[in-house]
Amino acid sequence: MSTDTAVGPPSREVRQTHRVVIRFAGDSGDGMQLTGDRFTSEAAAFGNDLATLPNFPAEIRAPAGTLPGVSSFQLHFADYDILTPGDRPDVLVAMNPAALKANIKDLPHGGMLIVNTDEFTKRNLAKVGYESNPLEDDSLEPYTTHHVAMATLTRGALEPTGMSKKDAERAKNMFALGLLSWMYHRGTEGTEQFLREKFAKKPELAEANILAFRAGWNYGETTESFAVTYEVAPARLAEGTYRQITGNLALAYGVVAAGQQSKLPVFLGTYPITPASDVLHELSKHKGMGVTTFQAEDEIAGIGAALGASFGGALGVTSTSGPGVALKSETIGLAVALELPLLILDVQRGGPSTGLPTKTEQADLLQAMYGRNGEAPVPIIAPQSPADCFDAALDAVRMALTYRTPVFLLSDGAIANGSEPWAIPDVADLPDLTTTFATEPNAPDGSGEFWPYLRDADTLARPWAIPGTAGLEHRIGGLEKADGRGTISYDPDNHDRMVRLRQAKIEGIEVPDLTVDDPDGDADVLVIGWGSSFGPIGAACRRVRAAGMSVAQAHLRHLNPMPSNLGDVLRSYRRVVVPEMNLGQLSMLLRAKFLVDAHSYTKVAGLPFQAEELAGVLTDAVKGDLPA
Amino acid sequence: MTAVELGQPSFGGGLDLVPTTDETQKAKDYTSDQEVRWCPGCGDYAVLASVRSFLPELGLKRENIVFVSGIGCSSRFPYYLDTYGMHSIHGRAPTIATGLAVTRPDLSVWVVTGDGDALSIGGNHLIHALRRNMNITILLFNNRIYGLTKGQYSPTSEVGKVTKSTPMGSVDAPFNPVSLALGAEATFVGRALDSDRKGLTEVLRQAAAHRGASLVEIFQDCPIFNDGSFDVLRKGDEVAERLIPLVDGEPIRFGNEGEYGVVRSASGGLEVARIADVGEDAVVTHRAGEEDPTQSFALSRLSDQDLTHTVTGIFRKVDRPTYDDGARGQVTAATEQAQQRGDNLQALLSGKDTWAVLPEPENEQ
Ligand SMILES: Cc1ncc(C[n+]2csc(CCOP(=O)(O)OP(=O)(O)O)c2C)c(N)n1
Ligand code: SF4
Ligand SMILES: [Mg+2]
Repeated sequence: MSTDTAVGPPSREVRQTHRVVIRFAGDSGDGMQLTGDRFTSEAAAFGNDLATLPNFPAEIRAPAGTLPGVSSFQLHFADYDILTPGDRPDVLVAMNPAALKANIKDLPHGGMLIVNTDEFTKRNLAKVGYESNPLEDDSLEPYTTHHVAMATLTRGALEPTGMSKKDAERAKNMFALGLLSWMYHRGTEGTEQFLREKFAKKPELAEANILAFRAGWNYGETTESFAVTYEVAPARLAEGTYRQITGNLALAYGVVAAGQQSKLPVFLGTYPITPASDVLHELSKHKGMGVTTFQAEDEIAGIGAALGASFGGALGVTSTSGPGVALKSETIGLAVALELPLLILDVQRGGPSTGLPTKTEQADLLQAMYGRNGEAPVPIIAPQSPADCFDAALDAVRMALTYRTPVFLLSDGAIANGSEPWAIPDVADLPDLTTTFATEPNAPDGSGEFWPYLRDADTLARPWAIPGTAGLEHRIGGLEKADGRGTISYDPDNHDRMVRLRQAKIEGIEVPDLTVDDPDGDADVLVIGWGSSFGPIGAACRRVRAAGMSVAQAHLRHLNPMPSNLGDVLRSYRRVVVPEMNLGQLSMLLRAKFLVDAHSYTKVAGLPFQAEELAGVLTDAVKGDLPA
Repeated sequence: MTAVELGQPSFGGGLDLVPTTDETQKAKDYTSDQEVRWCPGCGDYAVLASVRSFLPELGLKRENIVFVSGIGCSSRFPYYLDTYGMHSIHGRAPTIATGLAVTRPDLSVWVVTGDGDALSIGGNHLIHALRRNMNITILLFNNRIYGLTKGQYSPTSEVGKVTKSTPMGSVDAPFNPVSLALGAEATFVGRALDSDRKGLTEVLRQAAAHRGASLVEIFQDCPIFNDGSFDVLRKGDEVAERLIPLVDGEPIRFGNEGEYGVVRSASGGLEVARIADVGEDAVVTHRAGEEDPTQSFALSRLSDQDLTHTVTGIFRKVDRPTYDDGARGQVTAATEQAQQRGDNLQALLSGKDTWAVLPEPENEQ
């Protein structure tokens, strides 16, 4: 990829900038996700750090041109390590009036707006309630607005192909991509090659899209409308080889890797649900790596089959979102009683009920923690970013296999669809997850019997004796079992002991100590979060520190069991602030467990926190202005 | 990814991939040390005895047999067999058996379930396991009542049945389990009476040998909450006029003297007639292997579920690719392709579009 060819005419100013946030917004049918994705790949290939936030409606194709049909993709790229997809765009590309109306309020005054004027017809304006054409009145005055007739220009560029007007116009998203690629000095080869591969079976479509892409590029180059182009240098990330990755892809890779590292066949039992389905789609491609995927009749069957596979000695995995977890709860309880390994991937979305299927939220924490009958403890791990899903999956499988237990991994919509650079790990450095099956009778009384619930003294895990092993035939089930022997037991003392043993086993899981980031070393406010809010919280901390104040940040990856130093950490700060995309679930746990007066800051809007807003909260905390 | 040619179908027996043993086994070998705790006189005892004495006949390694059950009196069954077993949760046994069957072709996987377990809470899983033709054998203990929860009506209870939860009689229309299974595309459907060891064993034998999902409905007496519900099929003068045992390839005749036969009705279905009235040639011949399930379906509902005419034996036994063979076939084919291509984890993680960040210049020599 060339980086130095893309310079405008000599008269044109090239401005160096450290970071840019671009938002592509259009109709669901306009291909905004693809456009954003492609620009992301260009930024990644160029070596920028980046973070993305796709935002799309739950309807596959809401009526064209309407507000509910608007789909957008925000991309933040920079020459240094960034933490979030950005609060507000610097550049907004609006493909129609609906996209303009839905997104303009996020564009700061002075921001750049590029509009596809062709869609601003009377009818389309009326559809979204514009009484006058914003391109003609003064409502867009605060912005640097560029009027571009993208559809017309694309049609013109595609004329030689003989394509119908309608088909030609479809490529206008590539026109937009070309224009932006030019403006940010991105090469063209990567996208052209991508389009050739994507439309390998329809070369005429590939050519049409490439023509549109080049037309956009040339439009920037040859017209005088754009006086400035921008350069964002590559980021100085840690040394390594990088690729761009979304959370769901990293999750799927983590599962494949866990199968390889444990030398176990992987069995995914699942039922499609947004935003978790991509994990199924991806894993279904990796049969050649020992992964079997089973699309069941419902979530209950998905997890049941996964548990059955685990009973048989496979690595059982199930993937879902909150409504699916609700259906799986009884089987998770069974897995707790059976003490078999099982990985439960919950990609959280807005709730309750069907809620906001395509939006993000982190409100399943207490469901994962307590959403079962009886005392049924389950370890919980939450990745903090898209790439982190890979490591989190491996760690979850480590816990599942070592402690013979179901394990929850809580991702969310923002992580699942968002992307960032990932330092590709060397497989030789991945953890060894091999485990052993029981092969011999183990009764301590020398009877030669097999006791399926005789525990390992260190881990309290029980032996995993899989069918096909002679001499270890045994029956297990959801009924309470006698400690050790594992036969049905209704004995009150035994039940009390077993409840405590199961709890102790989970509490005894080894998890790393919590580390605190306090560069000034004198902070008396600690902000602690979990999951996908890592980025915005971290970005907020940077802002607060840049303003000369001290704030400490810690992020909980292990939510059950929690790190053993957590209580000490919490107690060593004057004020603890807990931002969450729920109504205070972690803060409730921290208050209950550690008796700390944690301040809960919550927002449940279906979108990630903004760094600006959290910086305000933290500033108030540092100044002692938070309500008690 | 393109579809892979799997070389299907290659129908084998249900147990073809399960290791066998030369050791002679006895019913005692299949008896676990758990004390059996059903009520005295419960039909489950008879089924257990039949299964225990039948299993040695398969000559399989005992450790390669797994019984999975749901919840109910009948679902305690696995505890009493010295094989691998799982007593799971209400209605979900077919799902667990599915995961086992797909990942472990070397196991003989059995599901034990009740009429409530299989047809109420677990109805969805049952029909899908049958439709997919999972290589599992399902024993459905039908006592037409909820036993374990002490006597509520079930999805097979007769309309009008007075139970604890229906003091004025049930207004709920029952399922016919055999009709349901046939409608769910089952490839093997059989029915037997708990006390008929010979008939039950024969159905079990063929069910186990069938590659694919086998559903065996077992009429089972619950003397506590539905006493004598199948007595008309066990004793008294009428038994021979009610019970219609199927023999594959034979005309369907019954009665003390074989004086009745099953014939086509004017409406296109089946009905019972005196052979003296219709002639021998009118009697239909049973063909379990017939692709078209229509005749088997008609047989399953010769009369209402009042047991006026009750057909037993094997209704249907046809070959169709199983889900588990197909799923394994894809994994095997994909694994071979992957090996030929030299796919590996590192290559997967690296993907196609990567970029390198070199060491800080200061650190360079
Ligand atoms: C989720 C759930 N709901 C309800 C029950 C209570 N329950 C246990 S067994 C059963 C019905 C059993 O009837 P059936 O399947 O016919 O078995 P039987 O006892 O008659 O052999 C019910 C309702 C349960 N164990 N779990
Ligand atoms: S309640 Fe009925 S089905 Fe249950 S064990 Fe007793 S007799 Fe058998
Ligand atoms: Mg019953």
